[in-house]
Amino acid sequence: MARITAGVATSHVPLIGVAVDQGKTEEPYFKPIFEGYKYSKEWIKENKPDVVFLIYNDHATAFDNNFVPTFAIGCSEEYQPADEGFGRRPVPVVKGHGRMAAHIAQSVIEDGFDLTIVNNIPVDHGLTVPLSAMFGQPEEWPCLVIPFLVNVVLYPAPTGKRCYLIGKAIRQAIEKFDEDLNVQIWGTGGMSHQLQGPRAGLINREFDEAFLDKIVNDPETLAEWPQIKYLREAGSEGIELVMWLIMRGALNDDVLLKHRFYHVPASNTALGHLILENK
Amino acid sequence: MALNKPYLDIPGTVIFDSDMARQGYWVNQFCMSLMRAENRKRFLQDEATYLDDWPMKAEQRKGVLERDYNTLLSLGGNVYYLAKLFSTDGQSFQYAAALMTGMTEEDYREMMIKGGRSPEGNMYKKEQ
Repeated sequence: MARITAGVATSHVPLIGVAVDQGKTEEPYFKPIFEGYKYSKEWIKENKPDVVFLIYNDHATAFDNNFVPTFAIGCSEEYQPADEGFGRRPVPVVKGHGRMAAHIAQSVIEDGFDLTIVNNIPVDHGLTVPLSAMFGQPEEWPCLVIPFLVNVVLYPAPTGKRCYLIGKAIRQAIEKFDEDLNVQIWGTGGMSHQLQGPRAGLINREFDEAFLDKIVNDPETLAEWPQIKYLREAGSEGIELVMWLIMRGALNDDVLLKHRFYHVPASNTALGHLILENK
Repeated sequence: MALNKPYLDIPGTVIFDSDMARQGYWVNQFCMSLMRAENRKRFLQDEATYLDDWPMKAEQRKGVLERDYNTLLSLGGNVYYLAKLFSTDGQSFQYAAALMTGMTEEDYREMMIKGGRSPEGNMYKKEQ
């Protein structure tokens, strides 16, 4: 049977991908950012996943305003990195696990969470930047990836509570899958940031630190935080953080904190990163 | 009964909710068309003619032509869509963010390096 061994949370700031692609990771602006992933790169060599269930949001790439699914799961065997307007990122094609994704979709929908099934979608920086941050620049990605897309662009994003509970349903689905696989759950996006309007540039360290504390040790309370709290305190784009709660919901109640990192700024964003192992 | 929209009192912020998305539909779909290189080229060659194909309101059209991003946000544009427009102009997110705040790009960048805009006094309109 498949088993979930760990969770990884990370921001997916496009600039991180640019720095990796252009060999700038040692430059003074980027060096402190990539210091935060040094441990992670070693850790993932020792804890190589067969499959990463990767939770992210599409940024007007695969979906436009014609279709805005709240939760969508990729059931394809392959995903092309997107051209987001300045050429495709020079990263490997992402290989999926269609049979496992279809299994998860069926199980989660039967559990009462109505997913949208997607197949041929280009994957944008939301998915490829976390892979680059954790794996660097391999010829091929060393694992299969199941994309799980959450609408956090068109308000309302799903509540933190809904995300936490869907994480639990995803866990049950994964643990029923009949292949012996080491599965990691990655939650991406955040932390505090606002990219628009006169308030652009908002960063809230206090909010972010509290979120990092709670997602490890008190996710039940964190799941009760209302959407307005994210918008007001963490910025209009800070609401991406609800996606971390899906990851947390899919892990054990008690987890081992292996790594915690926080840095301001990465472009317009506060960067956060956690590695949690199931106890 | 009307929906409760507590986010309307966040200063300097337009929340792209389902009603805003309805109003901005054509602005955002126009921006989306700029994902294709041949469309970017055609748009830059003759912006007015290109926009004739998109049934947006006059003030939205004016906002696009003038690259008035704050106005476009208030008329239902969303920043991830508008990003296709400023990318077509060869501009970065940091450039656009600085423009929307009324700061120079250098001052904005400096603010970010120093830890970003403080939430103090920036969470409620009544604090402004």
